Formats: sequence, C-alpha cells, structure tokens
Amino acid sequence: MIINRDNDRIHLFHRRAALLGGGQALLVSALVGRMYYLQVTEADRYRMLAEENRINLRLLPPTRGRVLDRFGEALAVNRQKFRVLIVSEKTRDVASTLDALAAVIDLSEYDRGRVQKEVRRRRSFVPVTVRENLNWEEMASIQVNAPDLPGVIVDEGLTRHYPQAQTAAHVLGYVSSVDEDDLTGDPLLQLPGFRIGKAGVEQKFDLALRGAGGTSQVEVNALGRVIRELERKEGQAGADLMLTLDERLQRFASERLGAESAASVVMDIHTGEVLVMTSTPSYDPNAFNRGLTQREWNALSGDPRAPMTNKAISGQYSPGSTFKMIVAMTALEQGAISPDQTVYCKGHTDLGSRRFHCWEKRGHGPMNMVQAIAQSCDVYFYDVAKRVGVDRIADMARRFGLGETTAVGLAGERGGLIPTEAWKRETVGESWQQGDTYNVGIGQGYVLTTPLQLAVMAARLSTGLAVEPVLTRQVMIDGTVIQRPPQVFEAVTIDPAHIAIVRRGMFEVLNGARGTARASKLKSKDVQMSGKTGTTQVKRITMAQREAGLPDSDQVPWKERNHALFVAYAPEDNPRYALSVIVEHGGGSSAVAAPIARDIMTEVLRLDPSRKPRLNEDRVAETQPGVPA
Amino acid sequence: MTDVGFLADRLKRGDMTLSEKLRQVSWSLVFWLCAIATIGFFMLYSAANASLDPWTTRQAIRFGLGLFMLLTIAMIDIRLVMRYAYPFYAFVFALLIFVEVRGVVGGGAQRWIDLGIVNLQPSELMKVAVVLALARYFHRLSLEDTGRPTFLIVPLLIVIVPVMLILRQPDLGTSLMVVLGAGALFFMAGVRLWKFIALILAALAAIPITWPMLAGYQQNRILTFLNPERDPLGAGYHILQSKIALGSGGLFGKGFMQGTQSHLNFLPERQTDFIFTMLAEEFGMVGGLILIGLYAIVLIYGFAIALRCRHQFGRLVAIGVTTTFFLYVFINVAMVMGLIPVVGVPLPLISYGGTAIITIMMCMGLLMSVYVHRDVQLGVHGGYDDG
Repeated sequence: MIINRDNDRIHLFHRRAALLGGGQALLVSALVGRMYYLQVTEADRYRMLAEENRINLRLLPPTRGRVLDRFGEALAVNRQKFRVLIVSEKTRDVASTLDALAAVIDLSEYDRGRVQKEVRRRRSFVPVTVRENLNWEEMASIQVNAPDLPGVIVDEGLTRHYPQAQTAAHVLGYVSSVDEDDLTGDPLLQLPGFRIGKAGVEQKFDLALRGAGGTSQVEVNALGRVIRELERKEGQAGADLMLTLDERLQRFASERLGAESAASVVMDIHTGEVLVMTSTPSYDPNAFNRGLTQREWNALSGDPRAPMTNKAISGQYSPGSTFKMIVAMTALEQGAISPDQTVYCKGHTDLGSRRFHCWEKRGHGPMNMVQAIAQSCDVYFYDVAKRVGVDRIADMARRFGLGETTAVGLAGERGGLIPTEAWKRETVGESWQQGDTYNVGIGQGYVLTTPLQLAVMAARLSTGLAVEPVLTRQVMIDGTVIQRPPQVFEAVTIDPAHIAIVRRGMFEVLNGARGTARASKLKSKDVQMSGKTGTTQVKRITMAQREAGLPDSDQVPWKERNHALFVAYAPEDNPRYALSVIVEHGGGSSAVAAPIARDIMTEVLRLDPSRKPRLNEDRVAETQPGVPA
Repeated sequence: MTDVGFLADRLKRGDMTLSEKLRQVSWSLVFWLCAIATIGFFMLYSAANASLDPWTTRQAIRFGLGLFMLLTIAMIDIRLVMRYAYPFYAFVFALLIFVEVRGVVGGGAQRWIDLGIVNLQPSELMKVAVVLALARYFHRLSLEDTGRPTFLIVPLLIVIVPVMLILRQPDLGTSLMVVLGAGALFFMAGVRLWKFIALILAALAAIPITWPMLAGYQQNRILTFLNPERDPLGAGYHILQSKIALGSGGLFGKGFMQGTQSHLNFLPERQTDFIFTMLAEEFGMVGGLILIGLYAIVLIYGFAIALRCRHQFGRLVAIGVTTTFFLYVFINVAMVMGLIPVVGVPLPLISYGGTAIITIMMCMGLLMSVYVHRDVQLGVHGGYDDG
C-alpha cells in the first residue's frame, strides 16, 4: 500500500519536475535572450550612451586678440587677474579656513556668508569663488600663507584691460558680458564670464579678436568629478589688430579738447588712415568690463555732454561755413560765377520779406570768391547758392563724401544729411523754398555732417582724390602679419583749377591779412596750414534780438551757444594731413575751434607719424600676443 | 570537521559513519559553488577599485564559514531534519515576530539580528523554514489527500502568515521569493493545476486590496517598471544606467576593472544587487553566459538530487531549495536587465552581504543532506517506518 502510494507520487513528481525544470530553463533562456538583445543587438547604442555618460566636453576659451596703435602701443590687452577659491573637501572646516583667509586679505561679511551657503549647496570637490580681482600683493600673501590655508587655491585668469583708459575709448569700444540677444550659437558665448565686444572696434572685429575655442575631453564620474583628461584640442587665439591711430596724437587731441563737449578727426590724406579720432568727454572702458554700478551708469547716461557717444561719427552738425567750399565749387563748375567776379556785401540780403544776414553786420563790400572764402562772407554765398540751386550743391557735396557713411564702418556711425528738393518733398512734405537754398549756401538749415565726414572732405579737397578713411592697418594671427593693401583712390570728378581756387581761399583763411582764422596760423615759418572756420547757430536769432545787439556768447546758456567748427589740411604746399574739429556750444570758430585745430596740427606735423617711424617701433615684435605689454 | 560529537548518538542509529557520509558528499557540486564564489571575489575586488578591502576579504571569510555550515548540515541525518522541521519553522516565526515587534516598539526599521560577522534577517531564514515545513507536511500526505481542498488549508497558512509579516516590513523581494518557492512545492506535491490558476486569479483580484499596503517606494518601483520614462532621474535612473552598462559591455566586455559605468559610479550598488551588471560590463555577454551556465549546473544538480532521492521529504526539500536558488538568480538578473521591477534580491554567492550567504549555504547544505541521505528509509513522522 505504502509502496504503491509512493509510486504514484514518484510518477507525478517526475512529470512535474520535468515541467518545473522546463519552466526554469525557459526563464533562463529568456535571460539569455535579453542579454543578447542588450549586449549584441543594442550594444552600439548603449556604448554611445556610456561614452556620453563618461565623457564631458569642456570649452577652453581662446585668448582675445590685442588692439594696438599704429606703432604697436597697446590699446587693449589682456591682463592677469587672480581670484581665490575654496575647495571644501580639502579643508577641515570652511569657517575656520575663511577666518584664516580673512587675516590675510580683505573679506567682507557678505562674501563669507555667500561662500558658506554655496559650499553647502555644491558638491565638496567643486571650487567655490571666495573673491575675484585680487591684486598681486594679495595673491602673493595667500601663497606665502598657503600652509595655513588648506583647500584655498588661487586661480589665474585673463581680463580685458585698456591701459590708455579714456584716451581712445570711443574707437576701441569695450567688452562686456554676453546678453541673451548676443547668442549666435557659438558655444563660447555660453561660458560663464565670457566677454564680447559691445562697441567700437571691439564690436566690429569681435569675431577676429575672439578667436576659436579649444576643447578638452575629460572623463567624469557620476558626480561630475573630473577623473582625467582624455584629449585636448587647443583653440585659436584671437588675432591681434593694429589700428591706424597714433596713441600719442590721440592722447594729445583728447587733452587739448579737455572738458569741452567736442570731437576731432585727423587723417593721413594719402592713405586714408585715421590717426586721431577723439570725442570728449570720454569714459573708462575698463569699467564696462568690470561691470558698471547703477550710479556710474546713471552718471554716464545722464550727462548732457553725452560721454557715451562717439561724436566723431555719431554726432551730426550743420557744417556752417565749412560747407562754403562745396558751394563755391558748384558755382564754378556751373559757370554761375567766375572767380574774379564780385558780389557786393552790404551786411544782408533780402528775399521777399525775409532778410538774410551776413555775420559781418557792417558788410564786407565787394567780394570775389577767394575773399569770400577767406572772410566767410555769407551774402556772397547766398547769392551763388541762389544761382546754382540746391540739387547741384547736393551733387557736389556727395562727391566730397558728405551725406553718407564712410568706409570705417563702426557701429553708430551716422550719414549726415545733404538735402535736395526731392528729399524735402518726400520727407518734410513741403516744396523747396528759395530761403532753404540760402541757408544751405552757408551750410545751415537742413545740412548735417559728421566730424569724420568733414575730415574726409578736407582730405579730398587737398588731394582731389576720393579719399576713404580706414581704421585698421594690419592683422596678426599666430605671427603671420596680414597688411591692409594700400588703397588706391579715384580722382574726384572736378576740374582741378576749381579746387585750386577754393584752396587759395582756405589758405587765406589762416594766412591772409583778413582771414577769419588768421590768429591761428601755424607758428612755423616753413609750413602753412589751410582751413576753414564754421560757426553754426543752434538757436534761431529773432529780429528783435538782432536789433537789440547780440550778447556775448559766454552770457547765453551753454546749450544755446553756437557750435564751433574747423576743417584744415597741412602742409599747404604738399598736403599730408587733414583735420576736423567741432566744439559743441563752443561759441565762435575762430576763437575756439581754430586754435585747437592749430595746436593739434602742430603736434601732428611735429611727430609726423606717416613719415617718421616711432623710435621703438620694433616693440610689436617683442611683445607676445595676449600678454600685457 | 572532526568534532561532530553532537551527532554521535544519531549516527549510531543511522546507516553510515561520518567518514562514509563525507565520501557521499557531492564534491563536484561543492567545486561548482566554489567556482561561482571565486568569480564573486574577483568582482568584489574590481568593485572596490582593485582592493581586497572592504569587500573581498570579508566575503571570502563568510564564504569559508558558509562552506563549513554547508558540510555540517549535510552531515545531519535527514530524519532529524524532518523531525525538527516544524520546531524550526516555529522558531523562525518567533524571530520574525520579535523583530517586527521591536521594529514597532523601537520605531526603527531594524529587521535583523546582529550576529557579529553577519546580520541575520529572520525573513531570509523563513525561506528555508517554509520549504522544510511544507516538505514535512506533504511528505505524509497521499495523492488523494493532496487533492482534497481541506488538506491545503494548513500549508496555505504556513505560507501566508509569515508572508504577511514580511510584506509589512516591507520587503517585496523576500515575500515574492517565499510565495514562489512555496508555490513550486505545492506544484511538486501534486496540487491540481486549476487550483493554481484559481489562486492566480484570486491574487489578481486582490491587487486593489494589497496595493495600498505597499510602501510608497514599492509602488513607485512597480509604476516605474511599467513605464520607465516616468522617472528618468529617480528610480528609472538606476535601471537605465544598469542597461547602459550591460549594453556597452557588448560581446566580450571592456576588460577586468575597465568598466566605466561601474567604476565612475554611474552604476548604483555595484557590489550588491547590481554586481551582475558589472560582470557583464567588464566581461561582456560571454562572461555573463559563463556565470549563468555555472548557475544552470547547480540547478541541474538540484533536480538530479531530487529525482534520485527515495523519499518524498527529500525530493520536496531538494526541489524547494533548488527553486529558491533559481529565484535568487532569476529575479536578480532579470531585475538588472530591466525585465522585472527593481527588487532587492542579491545574486547568489556573488553579491556582497552576509544574510544571503547564510540562506544560500543553508539551502545547499540541505540539498547536500538530501543527497547524502538519499537512500534512507523515512517514515511518516521521520522514523524508519513509524507511519
């Protein structure tokens, strides 16, 4: 019975053991199948995911290229900066280490609190910045006390530095942190602390100066700790940029303009190279890199003298009498007047019921063209402007570079305005009036020019060639120097004889017995300057005021005083340099602008940067790119 | 191994001397177990980044002690094992109640008893205790009795009561193993297949009742398993990293101690639950297949021992412990490959940890005892033929 009973059970047991064993074998083969799927079928995908896990690509920011003046003097460089960091896992106690650090360098309570908070938030191996912008002494004293400062490390970085500070701020522009709008897809821009050019040359040549970032492939663990570097690809340092500016002249001009709200441009008329482009008051571009405080920003943006604006290219002014050369050449070309033909100036001329005054109330008497330019007779130019009409004047003005932006191409450059009859119809919606033509004849009314355009006009007058201004001389990438090819300028389409007459008048302005700026002629016996004054009204003078007698300019409010302008070139017999000066609300041209022009030109001729190399010109080769000069 | 005095009076009544029993031991099975454990030592050495500390040395000592325990249990007369099956079950059950009460009273979740070199979890011992108790119960039951539902009430209680306690801890993995191991015994004892199907249906119907009993993290694990994208940075992260490690190992692996996922800490718990992943990352599918092959050899031994045993108790014990061993392997490997939810079940003889080694070596010891005493006549109550 027992045996029989057991036999049944054994049969059943064997059957079911086969089932159970088969079931387990099936499940094991499911495991094997899954293993095959993961490790063979999908292996490549998972291999890639494992690499993505393990490998972290880090960007190595390139060194920004330097900006130099024409002789290699540093205008924008990179300066070492130091910052101190703390690694909490390497220090026994963060608080006591900070105490020890505070004994060595200044450490605010705010910084200490911030560090302690951040240390708690971050993983223990992540360095936390304690203070930035340490000076060299602070850095050194931390290094000396290193044994007492476990976990404290000093990190060295580069920051943009403008050694000339205000001097060329408007041309150079500045670098600042990247805004949302600046993102272009270049991953460098996403780097914390990365700076890009925000104005001037720094902005225009940002890509060349920036260079290309390198990459470093590092192996990281799951917490993000770097285990080792796998591969490193160095980036390309930014190109060094050599400008046409002469830092010495730039500084001289800035200082000469002083506290005035003013601008000046000096050009080499043969090459078009801009030697000086200054605008005052200026600002310190280093402050933008550092980051402006609200107060600093308010002071800059609220200043009525507009320190942020590059007046040399963004300021638009009526050219005033400096425009009279254009009117004179138009008249000669049209045959509207011969050079010797005179116009009688009795101090004013009437157009219907309106009276147009000459600046010389008593009248100049009979004026020929050279005299009219030298003495800046307004009545003469009312007359010839009336004879040729505004459209012909506009055509001539354009040939001399007015009314459009130049080739310099800095952001913020304005084109000025050369009005025509059609322009007024379309823009103002009124038909052109004879009185408008009178105003254009003396460079007032709708006409607007920038100081850079006026310097270009002077350069074209002195050469008869369509000179274009340039700001860059050469680019240096990795020791390779790429020079700007010399510019070839076409001749301005005009009879050279007409230019000669106008230039005679400009010579007389400074050197004639009755020239408006004869007090500002060059003091040299051998070298003469030619030029033209210009004083433009900012506020319309009413008839009542004129009859009451005009007050002295220092008695009217600054904002209502006249702008003082001057354009010039020198030397007269063999011109090399052209110049323009404008002093906003400076008063009279001959009293304010002409002396400044004379002083700047005297310094330009003394240094003569186009012909005389600077004594230490070889310094360009000495200084390594990217290292403070 | 010479000091077996406490066995002396049993052996006098038995058929074999101690040396005869030792000769009966399947040394080849012992060899395969040692082979698996040795693979484990190498993996723990790699997991510790080429260091014997802190895992390899301690694991080796535990395995040595476990081996001693295996052989000791193998020497115990199977009749004695059967006679003490219920008392052992009662003892383990008492321990389970004890840690449960202490956990409630102490407010902590300490579900183990510190034995110095290992921490003993009563729930682990329960896996063995349930197998023994059920084997004893079914040993005396005829096939006809097995077919009667009334005879199934006691064995069901033997399983369900401790499982409820373990679920409360909460330990889903162990509960699952106890239930599945017991299920195998019911099946082998001859319970009709339709009753299993009915039970499974009943269990499905019970899901709405048991679901609230699961801890939050357990619910999460099941939900995450059903939809891995649900939580890519939390629970899903572990299984994703495990799959990346496995898959990136490819056919031949990245080389010993070259596993990037393991050594850069992307892989969680690489010395315990996820050690199979590390092995498959470093030695590829080939390495994984070799280990699974070794486990299969052990399982085949288990089935062979069960089939060769001449008494029902031994057969059921052998199948019970073999299935428990299988469940360890299957649940762990299936879990790290993302086939089933994340449950904390170690890989036998490989994963670091003391409790599992005790359970597994106890299982293997019982298996060996069945083998050594395969021809012993066994009565209904554990005597020669006292039934």
